[in-house]
Amino acid sequence: MELTGAQALVRSLEMEGVEVVFGLPGGAILPVYDPIIDSSIRHVLVRHEQGAGHMAEGYAHVTGKPGVAMVTSGPGATNIVTPLCDAYMDSVPIVCVTGQVPTTAIGSDAFQEADTTGITAGITKHNWLVTDAADIPRVVREAFEVATTGRPGPVVVDVPKDVSNATMEWYWPEGVDLPGFRPPGAPDSEAVAAAAALIRAARRPVLYVGGGVLKSRACEALLDLVELTGIPTVTTLMARGAIPDSHPLCLGMPGMHGNYAAVTAMQRADLLIALGSRFDDRVTGKVSAFAPSAKVIHVDVDKAEIGKVRRPEVGIHADCREAIEEICSALRSTGRLDPSRLESWTGEIARWQATYPYTYEKDGTHAGAAREGGRPAGRPSLLKPQFVLEVLRDATPPGTILTAGVGQHQMWASQYWRFERPYSWVNSGGLGTMGFAVPAAIGAKVGRPDATVWAVDGDGCFQMTAQELVTASSEQIPVKIAILNNGYLGMVRQWQHMFYEERYSEVYLSPDLPDYVGWAEAMGCIGLRVEAPEEVLPAIEKANEIDDRPVVIDFRTDAMEQVFPMVPAGASNDDIVVHPAQREAEAGPPKTRAPKTSPPKTSATAGVKAPARKRRGT
Amino acid sequence: MSSYVGQPRHHLLSVLVENKAGVLSRIASLFSRRGYNIFSLAVAPTDNERFSRITIVVDVESAPLEQVMAQLDKLVNVVDISELHPAEAREAELLLVTVAADATERAQVIQLVGVFGGRIVDVSLTALTVMLAGAPESLDDFEELMRSYEIVELQRTGRIALPRLDAGAERRPRVRRAGHSS
Ligand SMILES: Cc1ncc(C[n+]2csc(CCOP(=O)(O)OP(=O)(O)O)c2C)c(N)n1
Ligand SMILES: [Mg+2]
Repeated sequence: MELTGAQALVRSLEMEGVEVVFGLPGGAILPVYDPIIDSSIRHVLVRHEQGAGHMAEGYAHVTGKPGVAMVTSGPGATNIVTPLCDAYMDSVPIVCVTGQVPTTAIGSDAFQEADTTGITAGITKHNWLVTDAADIPRVVREAFEVATTGRPGPVVVDVPKDVSNATMEWYWPEGVDLPGFRPPGAPDSEAVAAAAALIRAARRPVLYVGGGVLKSRACEALLDLVELTGIPTVTTLMARGAIPDSHPLCLGMPGMHGNYAAVTAMQRADLLIALGSRFDDRVTGKVSAFAPSAKVIHVDVDKAEIGKVRRPEVGIHADCREAIEEICSALRSTGRLDPSRLESWTGEIARWQATYPYTYEKDGTHAGAAREGGRPAGRPSLLKPQFVLEVLRDATPPGTILTAGVGQHQMWASQYWRFERPYSWVNSGGLGTMGFAVPAAIGAKVGRPDATVWAVDGDGCFQMTAQELVTASSEQIPVKIAILNNGYLGMVRQWQHMFYEERYSEVYLSPDLPDYVGWAEAMGCIGLRVEAPEEVLPAIEKANEIDDRPVVIDFRTDAMEQVFPMVPAGASNDDIVVHPAQREAEAGPPKTRAPKTSPPKTSATAGVKAPARKRRGT
Repeated sequence: MSSYVGQPRHHLLSVLVENKAGVLSRIASLFSRRGYNIFSLAVAPTDNERFSRITIVVDVESAPLEQVMAQLDKLVNVVDISELHPAEAREAELLLVTVAADATERAQVIQLVGVFGGRIVDVSLTALTVMLAGAPESLDDFEELMRSYEIVELQRTGRIALPRLDAGAERRPRVRRAGHSS
């Protein structure tokens, strides 16, 4: 059967089981858009190619299947660079097809020519410039294989226009022949045994669970390991929901804005079991001061992660699920673990949890109010963003998928939501891409039309990609957006507050400009505005009832609110700054402040320095 | 060019790659993005036209060798990486040098070239161009001696290497490999 390269491309996508492509056409990709008309594949026409990329990511996050995006050459390709990088940092499987100028024009600075493979080489797992139509099925097959195997990630297939127009004899390759692409083998049994022995001997262990656990679909295995060992577990920003937040051993999020118990448990641990986590600087704080007395077991599908930041005592280069299962069976085969061995450790952690939960001032005042002469002008009430999130959390159905932008609202979302299921949290962790929430929510809703999808967004973030709500309206993808509108680039404002002596430089946005309700309606959405605490629940209930179009709620929140706890960038996790209201708890002589229990002075912990004092104020 | 003989911060990687467009640029950009330094690099096709071999001398002060190898190994077109320890490798390099030498100096230069087993490949009234192939250390020595004359231009290729054969033993090079542990 003779096909054009374009037909072969679409046919290949169908062969890969692609259900939906997010994209926007243009000159160089035109030939491929013709067979799209006759294909079973749904095409979602975005309003900006960045939207296509984040939608593909949102889709991939919640379905586990690769997200597919299609864009034209030059500006189409450069517009999708940000999502490709985002997917690279967060290991999201994305296949991006880009048009390219004809092979005969490559290198001539032709109209809309960009060196797409060159530009994306460093932010993809791999990319291909197809120079022969006959290569298309093979390359597409390889692209999906590379994107989804081992550590997932984005790939780019760049297709020149003359290649799309050329004809080829259709075939579908049996498999791939990539001699340099080798996913890891089975976990090394000696390493597994060594890991089991360390786990057995540990008295202050912590499971440090990262996004890799979700990527390897290892949540069941993880729960088994947690319950078998009774080890307290932290779930990083990328791993929220890997075990339910309601699980008694789940400590929640560690890191720069993680909760005190999670951060401190890692600092005092004698063993960290890192599962699909990569010792990101937002988790470790100052690396040389991170978990100083801990031995480390590091399981990762990417060998380069093992030892990149912290040299482990035991490294296991393998798929997380397989490795966790093997560790569980190694533990089972070597006798029962005495649950009482961790009693004093879990007791200590429970005291930290009780003393330093996430907290905010609920009475409508804020620390800066008095000093700044009352409420900021034009603010009829002090609606706390955390309160909005608590109400939203409790008013949404179980299994709701939450996406977030990047900034304070993202941290509060991770802190205050209760993630009970895996794949219910979609956010930009590694790259921290403002504008992620709206298109990611749309992609998630396309992948999981059965689920309620809420995006928690910042006013700054919303302005970066809001136009995709036009896509959502016209394609009838009913996502719901909660803008925590503080009128500021809030996270940057917080840093200027804390580290630049409140010299606010270029962070004010205005809560009123744009008019978010008017904008939402112009984009075919329902727009609602909430200014007072008592309006929060009714608005959310109303939004939950709307299922035929997107809803945007403009929550006018307290501009002064700050995210706590916080470990300042580059500081040791010992220097975690807690909420001002909790600083009382540590008043009195520093040595007697909670937490009181200090690690026993065994040889394993000798040399551990006493926890540094938390900063008073900032 | 400074000598790299015996400097422990330099490691020799022999990298087998698929012979595809852009492979060298992927490797080069990986090194620059991760802040690793390449000291020298030589590329050529192997006897199998599907593959090329790249010999890289890495300055590992910039990053632990293991990390460099693991990151390189993730490149889809990189098929195999091995570290060649100097004691276990046969190394060679090629040097071309043009030396200003008038009639009085010419004889001395020609004599030195003979001692090192090089060849005069070009001659003029005032200069000579010499080609020398051999172990990098020997090239270093020769280069040093040539510095007492006036060097007009000098070019070295960077090292290439293969594992040393263990006479009588199994024909298997002892090398450290990246990739799966098994
Ligand atoms: C594309 C991009 N530009 C800049 C930043 C730096 N940045 C991080 S958070 C933030 C402020 C976000 O403001 P907003 O969306 O209003 O969220 P808030 O912090 O106020 O909740 C900025 C500018 C970023 N992460 N991404
Ligand atoms: Mg804001």
